Amino acid sequence: MDLILVTMIDGLVTGLLLFMLSSGLTLIFSMMGVLNFAHASFYMLGAYFAYQISRYIGFWPALFIAPVLVGLVGAAVERYGLRRVHKYGHVAELIFTFGLALLIEEVVQFVWGKGHVEYNAPESLQFALFSIADYEIAAYKIFMIAVAAAIFIALLLILTRTRVGMVIQAALTHPDTVEALGHNVPLVFMGVFGVGSALAGVAGVIAGPVLGTFPGMAVVLGSIVFVTIVVGGLGSLWGALVASLLIGWLTTFAASYNIGMADLLGALGIEPPADLSESLLRDIWTLSLPQVGPILPYLLMVLVLVFRPYGLFGNRDA
Amino acid sequence: MRSFMRQAAFAAFAGLAAGAATAADNVRIAFIDPLSGPFASTGTNGLHQFEFAAEKLVNEKGGVLGGRKFEIVPFDNKISPKESLIQLQVAIDQGIRYIVQGNSSGVANALTEAIEKHNKRNPDKRVLFLNYSAVDPALTNDKCNFWHFRFDANADIKMDALTDVIKQNDAIKKVYVIGQDYSFGKAVAAAAQRFLAEKRPDIEIVGNELHPIGKVKDFTPYARKIIASGADAVITGNWGADMLGLGKAIIEAGFKGPIYTYYAAADGITAAFGESGKGILRLVSEGQLNPPPSDRVVEYARAFKEKYPDGNLSQTRIANVIEMLARAIEQAGSAEDVVAVGKALEGMEHDSLWGGKLFMRPQDHQLIQDVHILVHTNEGVTFDFDNSGYGLVVESTVKMASMDAPTTCKMKRP
Amino acid sequence: MTSLSNTDRSVAGRGALGAAGPWILAALLLGVLPMLFGSPSSVTIMNQMAITIVFALSYNMLLGQAGMLSFGHAVYMGLGGFFAMHVLNWIEEYELTLPLPFLPLIAGLFAMLMAALIGLFSTRRAGTVFAMISLGVGELVAACSVIIVAFFGGEEGVSGDRTVAPFLGMEFLHPEDVYYLIAFWLLLSALGMYLFSLTPLGRMANAVRDNPERAEFLGYSARWVRYGSFVASGFFAGVAGGLFAINYEILTEENLNLATSGMILLVTFLGGTGYFVGPVVGAVVFTLLQSVLSLQTEIWQLYVGILFVATVMFFPQGLAGLIAMHGPAMRAGRLGSLAGPYARVLIPGAIGAAGVAALFEMFHHLRTAAPGDEAMTLFWITFDTHSAAPWIAAAAAAAGGLFLAARGAPAMRAAWDEANRIAQGGAK
Repeated sequence: MDLILVTMIDGLVTGLLLFMLSSGLTLIFSMMGVLNFAHASFYMLGAYFAYQISRYIGFWPALFIAPVLVGLVGAAVERYGLRRVHKYGHVAELIFTFGLALLIEEVVQFVWGKGHVEYNAPESLQFALFSIADYEIAAYKIFMIAVAAAIFIALLLILTRTRVGMVIQAALTHPDTVEALGHNVPLVFMGVFGVGSALAGVAGVIAGPVLGTFPGMAVVLGSIVFVTIVVGGLGSLWGALVASLLIGWLTTFAASYNIGMADLLGALGIEPPADLSESLLRDIWTLSLPQVGPILPYLLMVLVLVFRPYGLFGNRDA
Repeated sequence: MRSFMRQAAFAAFAGLAAGAATAADNVRIAFIDPLSGPFASTGTNGLHQFEFAAEKLVNEKGGVLGGRKFEIVPFDNKISPKESLIQLQVAIDQGIRYIVQGNSSGVANALTEAIEKHNKRNPDKRVLFLNYSAVDPALTNDKCNFWHFRFDANADIKMDALTDVIKQNDAIKKVYVIGQDYSFGKAVAAAAQRFLAEKRPDIEIVGNELHPIGKVKDFTPYARKIIASGADAVITGNWGADMLGLGKAIIEAGFKGPIYTYYAAADGITAAFGESGKGILRLVSEGQLNPPPSDRVVEYARAFKEKYPDGNLSQTRIANVIEMLARAIEQAGSAEDVVAVGKALEGMEHDSLWGGKLFMRPQDHQLIQDVHILVHTNEGVTFDFDNSGYGLVVESTVKMASMDAPTTCKMKRP
Repeated sequence: MTSLSNTDRSVAGRGALGAAGPWILAALLLGVLPMLFGSPSSVTIMNQMAITIVFALSYNMLLGQAGMLSFGHAVYMGLGGFFAMHVLNWIEEYELTLPLPFLPLIAGLFAMLMAALIGLFSTRRAGTVFAMISLGVGELVAACSVIIVAFFGGEEGVSGDRTVAPFLGMEFLHPEDVYYLIAFWLLLSALGMYLFSLTPLGRMANAVRDNPERAEFLGYSARWVRYGSFVASGFFAGVAGGLFAINYEILTEENLNLATSGMILLVTFLGGTGYFVGPVVGAVVFTLLQSVLSLQTEIWQLYVGILFVATVMFFPQGLAGLIAMHGPAMRAGRLGSLAGPYARVLIPGAIGAAGVAALFEMFHHLRTAAPGDEAMTLFWITFDTHSAAPWIAAAAAAAGGLFLAARGAPAMRAAWDEANRIAQGGAK
């Protein structure tokens, strides 16, 4: 029981982290119709910028400065890169962001080296806040949850209570009408792209100390973020939230419980063959849940796409 | 004309590196390891150690065979088996007779098979494979061949030594084994089970699991399970980001017992653990830096740090590779007759720079040496890693580990 | 969309001999190459190139001809290769007689079977849904490769010995022997893929790519047209996998994973998706970059990344598109008029690029080289990276070169427009 509660908290941290990335990505997709492959690269830039800044003036200023810088980089990418490629069609845009992801990884390696950098949580948050039974919950985890929740609320307020938010919301469903009403859609695009990147940057700043800051960090998270917004339904903010939490809990619970495939098949009444050594499927029998945990989201995505191509909450064709 | 065309073609295709075209009588050694991509820092650090060892241990002492120098020729394999085979061909074409490689048993496996086939098909251009770091036991068991020599203690030997130490620690009653889901991770888990059952049948293995390699973002759930199991010690063969992620999560979840690892040091990992891993992280490895076993080590390590301030002397066996190869070449009287050099290496006994004896076991070409259990700390550290003040200090030593361990190798000699 | 329709004007208006001409030329070239570049390592690189060409061509059947963006194409090459490796081992184990040259066919058929199964659900939709399913399937199969050891051999992969299947007395001991086998299959599969693009199904793939709705109204099921292209493409990817198995005698996880799938996307796009020869150009250039440039510089991937992004931004038709752009002008004999303006842009541009590369290399050297090792050799000049002079020189070359190139660009564009205007006028 304690373990379930603790796993819920751990899964919530992972899920909210995913949400910080997927919310920006899904907003960008809804506005511009482009899946940004480089989105996780902005997450990585956030971590590296924060690392660099925190070496001079500490973690707390970095928490605010780094995302702004990432947002500016994102806006510049939109203005000078994506907008240029836009006229060649969506496939070209997708390929552009794919190339950009490769390039950003190379640039990060070029500037900061190929190994891990020493980016740690601030001293003031390095303690165990409370324990549930024997399980310590680090203060930094609660801090991550707080930041993510604050961002979610802020995002919700901006989208529903401000004029800019209204324009964005309108553009989600009726992009042509918004343009016809005379709004400066390219500027909104640039802004949304910048803000989306900045959100990814925030995620990088706070996740870097926990998940490690190294040139491969974008790749590890990158495709999962896609999976999240595809499962949630492209363009749906609520879908992104639900899918993020779902995937966060799915992977965390899968890693926490050692359920073997043999038990599962046994429960279904299927017995293993007597001689395992010759069977082509022998490895299936020794599989356990933690072994396949991290690839479950991909399975989920394929299933969702096959049976419901709009995703769980989507209403537009991808 | 034809030979000119061939040479021109060769220069165009194989793209001779600017510095590679040097005196023909150097003994050239091809270093095939990742120099770009995610594992480049490990590869580059290994290259520096080879270059330094060749310079310091051979060339400054007048070279081999009356003045021939060692020259390390780097080839970037991008840690891909396919690229390794291409670079192997390029190296052989350049007339190189010695191949060194270490990162990834998958690559080592591809190379040893390719070299065996090459040597069979081209008896006039045979090469030797000096494996300095790939520790999959199969390479000196079922997959052994005459051309492959391993200078690191393999995964089984390390586990043998590690369990010798655990045997004497009565505080350890429960052990958790966790590793990456591939051949090496499985080999570590199997060896841990076998040796623990043999040496300490009272120890309970409370967890034995594998996780996908390089795919886990957050190791917290695994750490929770380890805490929940009530384990006194953790054994893991993880490396790279998986090692750092797992170790950090376990420590953060409040684990206080020893975490026995194979690869939790250098390449940024020591610095990233820092204070949090102090006294908790253990490493099983050959070679001793702290406390320095001799003045020679102090001098060698100082000179290395002077030349590469950002480098780590993390793969001490590299010095053994160079010293033993130099001796074998002297003994064989030729650097080109690799069969003679291979035969000289077989059964060679050597006093290691790092203290202790080395013995190249002829049955399987596995180097037998002292294996240490090292602890991650900042006390008594003369030579740290990552310039972090933290380093590895020898805690206990198993002399000539697994000297008599059986092997399934059936060596076929030319 | 700019020109994505080369196949439409390929055969029309030319005789059979004219159509066969390029193929005969290609066959001759493939036959002569090993005599020019005879060293085993050049042959090894050429083998790699040929395999990449087949793989890239099969990828372009999806991306270029059917407009399907796949992030998991390596799966089919890998599955075919793994199966071929197993067949090779069965030949040895059960002493079967199957000559080596037939192995790629078996690999292709197996990959085709797999593509036929996966395509059933992945090709139902085009666009992002297809791309995402291909990504998911790619991840799943790559993950399976370390889990299902019986078929994929885990991390160390599956290996075999190609000499167990001799053909007409040939044992395929050396890379040169294998070269001719691969060259034969390269030609055969390239021809096959070319002819496929001329079949009704191949033509319909173009139609479905450009306007699926209209294709449906014409009575074609867009889904089954995509399925057909997907399965055919899977077959040729499998052939590439079979060739890989023969050449390297080992298949590993690397052959299936996303990095390989991403690499082939990069190769194909670099070469140009709108032209049949595009992937060929891309594969040749990329293999050379990978094998030769990586010996010269540690940061070669940075250059490849820049090249790729620049290609997407400035020449989305790829290298082949860049060459083909000059077709009309050449036919009109106006290519000469371009030489001057081109030289005024390209020469300073090259100097500028070299300057930028020099800055990168010097920065990299400064960061990674051992202290005391201050000398560096670049473009055959050795200098000291800790002194200011080389930095100033490189920065000046970069800034000056790029400035002059940018200034010459409008003139170049005008000259090109002019040449084409006349060319088109002349053609009428």
